[in-house]
Amino acid sequence: MQGQLNPDNRYGEPKVIDACSLFGVLDTTGRRFSGHGVFKAIANMHDRSNGLGGGFAVYGLYPDFADYYALHIMFMGPQARSETEAFLNVHFQVFHAEPVPVRAAAKVASPPEIWRYFVLPRRAESETLADDDLVIHRIMHVNTTIPSAFVFSSGKNMGVFKGVGFPEDVADYFRLDEYLGYLWTAHGRFPTNTPGWWGGAHPFNILDWTVVHNGELSSYGINRRHLEMFGYYCSLQTDTEVAAYAIDLLVRRHGLPVEVMAKVLAPPLWDEMEQLPPKERELLTTLRQVYGSLLLNGPFTIIVAHHGEMIGLTDRIRLRPLAAAVKGDMLYLSSEEAAIRLVCPQLDRVWKPRGGEPVIGRIGTPMALPSEGSVQNSKVVLR
Amino acid sequence: MTSTRQAPATTQAEAHVQAPAYSYPMPSYLKPRFRVEIEDRRCIRCQCCVEQCSFGALFFDQRRNEVGTVEQNCVACHRCVVFCPTQAISVLRHPVEYRENAHWRPEVIEDITRQAETGGVLLTGMGSDKGWTCYWDKLCLNASQVTNPSIDPLREPMELRTYLGSKPDRVELDPKSGGLRTRLAPQVMVETPILFSAMSYGAVSINVHEALARAAAMTGTLFNTGEGGLHPKLYSYGKNTIVQVASGRFGVHPEYLDVASIIEIKIGQGAKPGIGGHLPGEKVSDDVAFTRMIPSGTDALSPAPQHDIYSIEDLSQLIHALKEATNYTKPVSVKIAAVHNSAAIASGIARAGADIIALDGIRGSTGAAPKIIRDNLGIPIEMAIASADERLRKEGIRQRVSLIAAGGFRNSADVIKAIALGADAVYIGTAALIALGCTECQACYTGRCAWGLTTTDEKLTKRQNPDIAAQRLANLLEGWSHEMKEMLGAMGINALESLRGNRLHLRSVGLTQQEADVLGVLQAGA
Repeated sequence: MQGQLNPDNRYGEPKVIDACSLFGVLDTTGRRFSGHGVFKAIANMHDRSNGLGGGFAVYGLYPDFADYYALHIMFMGPQARSETEAFLNVHFQVFHAEPVPVRAAAKVASPPEIWRYFVLPRRAESETLADDDLVIHRIMHVNTTIPSAFVFSSGKNMGVFKGVGFPEDVADYFRLDEYLGYLWTAHGRFPTNTPGWWGGAHPFNILDWTVVHNGELSSYGINRRHLEMFGYYCSLQTDTEVAAYAIDLLVRRHGLPVEVMAKVLAPPLWDEMEQLPPKERELLTTLRQVYGSLLLNGPFTIIVAHHGEMIGLTDRIRLRPLAAAVKGDMLYLSSEEAAIRLVCPQLDRVWKPRGGEPVIGRIGTPMALPSEGSVQNSKVVLR
Repeated sequence: MTSTRQAPATTQAEAHVQAPAYSYPMPSYLKPRFRVEIEDRRCIRCQCCVEQCSFGALFFDQRRNEVGTVEQNCVACHRCVVFCPTQAISVLRHPVEYRENAHWRPEVIEDITRQAETGGVLLTGMGSDKGWTCYWDKLCLNASQVTNPSIDPLREPMELRTYLGSKPDRVELDPKSGGLRTRLAPQVMVETPILFSAMSYGAVSINVHEALARAAAMTGTLFNTGEGGLHPKLYSYGKNTIVQVASGRFGVHPEYLDVASIIEIKIGQGAKPGIGGHLPGEKVSDDVAFTRMIPSGTDALSPAPQHDIYSIEDLSQLIHALKEATNYTKPVSVKIAAVHNSAAIASGIARAGADIIALDGIRGSTGAAPKIIRDNLGIPIEMAIASADERLRKEGIRQRVSLIAAGGFRNSADVIKAIALGADAVYIGTAALIALGCTECQACYTGRCAWGLTTTDEKLTKRQNPDIAAQRLANLLEGWSHEMKEMLGAMGINALESLRGNRLHLRSVGLTQQEADVLGVLQAGA
């Protein structure tokens, strides 16, 4: 089966099953801040992960290289780097390359060699694809054909750092305390059927989109096959990867607003649609008819981010936790409310979003507090 | 009926019989297949069994005051067994043993004997009984444990709703208003992905047609007219009707197309790929003739190919002619038998403009077909649906068509496995007839169906009460739908579209690597 393409998916799993802790924070003014609070919050949910994977996405990370695609690549074998760099030199202009700085003493398991490259795609005259599509094609090429090399971060002015260890240790390893960003997401992983491996940790990334995910997609098989029709090949065999690609397809390539994208991933029930006014009903029905294969089924909470925006979403029957909170210009999303309160005890509002209802924070848009009807107030829930 | 040992009368076979060179009756060497035993102690001489037997296997012997049997005529339809008020009747395999021979099995010997006596093409009814590998039985379904909660369909929503029709690759919104810009091709909604397969009025009785139509309406699904037109009294079920346009064009007229939800062009049928149809004149009653728009009592012959479709571009023209005729208001389906190249053909059909492709596998049924064709032509539906789905995806055109699988679906597990392989919905025909009393006796082609199913005999037709028959069919669909919801819930899925083409929920047992590759499934435990 195609799922077996990847030689570095050591166990040949069609997909990796895991459960997790999530945390995300966005400053809607765009101000960059240190991730100390993020490390503290995700560490507070230590028991939700088991040391087999942790990771972070940071936006506003490389202001000095803001116009270049920042490729973070891990090399798991001796030939991988030379082979990959040969490929990069042909297909990209590489403006800067360096090993990602690490703290060797950190408690992580057998780290691979990790480099970052700041690049722009070279194009043959015959290639008419937009830069973004070209970059995706080439990343897919590296990930599916060069053994033991993985591009795990490819956006501009942002980056993903991830590996095997508890998330706080992964932060320590990558010296994340030395970076600033205006949007941080974090993930602690509890894989249940395989030892974690570096490529399989979250966040998952394509261009500047990242996804951290808690759950298991029972729809993975068809999500993946549908995305293959659009040129996305899932090389990492985790269900989170399909969420990242689905979002890229829907928002970037099909131009759907994020709110509409959320209704594709977690659509209302057919019966619920029938209660809606005709225009809305027609839109939602059409979306579900056309994009039924991208419905993410099974329990999930995801925090999706790209430049200027952070979105929290649960599956439509809400089988995984998500707490949202607002304090001034800051939006917090977390698996547990306690983690938010640890770093920001005084909040303007805390709530539990309903299943399938996205929470969206945008730069330049002050956080609108949700209306009473669309949320469950946490005080009621927690009693 | 006499005790003739030849195949019952009114068959297509007669058309092929050469004029005999002898002038005296040829003795038959065929032995009865079944023995009908009537327990004397229980029998109350009510003669109900004699009345029920439409094949002439039972008669009342006045002199002996007991029921006599003509066992050569018994087809094991069990009508007498069910209707005997004292359960006095057993139908047993006739205890004639042949010397063991794995190659020259009794069936082979009997077929040769029968042909030696008739010189004809052997006819049969229903689907192949040859035991082609049933891949459904070699596929295990997944269930959620620990990492993913299973869902209880009695307490949580569970959605089987399916829309049949062509879908675009994307939805476009108006950038200014945010309103919907995409206009979908016509979509037909079914509440459960199980449709009644094509069975024509003429092949089945009017009461069966009515029952299928009503059951489809009761359960929110569709029935298929087959190639025999639609009786005007069933026009009110148009919303639940797929009308067929086949090679004989029987019963095709503007109103027929207008009342339907979907129009299906029938190219082939799993039970008899490449073969036309032949409804003998004896079955063409006044009402059948009226519905088919042919004279009463004449044979209704459907040519083997559609004579205006000798290639794919011709098919495209017919698809568009039908769309034009109905003002682009309904999806057009194309039904083909699953054959060696059906994946490539399906791709061609999708590109020819069809909205739906129906594939009918080698186990598909029929009212009448040459036995040799039924048992040897075509391929199993599992392979056909898997390869068609994969081919359409490879070409990036899977969204353009809905796929319907047909051919021997026995239960809800078969259905759900077909959906996991990539079907949007399935057709059931045999299972529906079994719900109405069919015992798979394979004598449909005789027109003497004792259950009043595959007959146009007025007396036999009355054996199906449309009220009861519709309820039995609706019960069947309801039962299967409940079971499908249970299986979906066990897999941690609450909408059917998340299983469609999701082959990771299947694992194979006992298949070769190549078989598993064609099906696109992993070995259990792998």
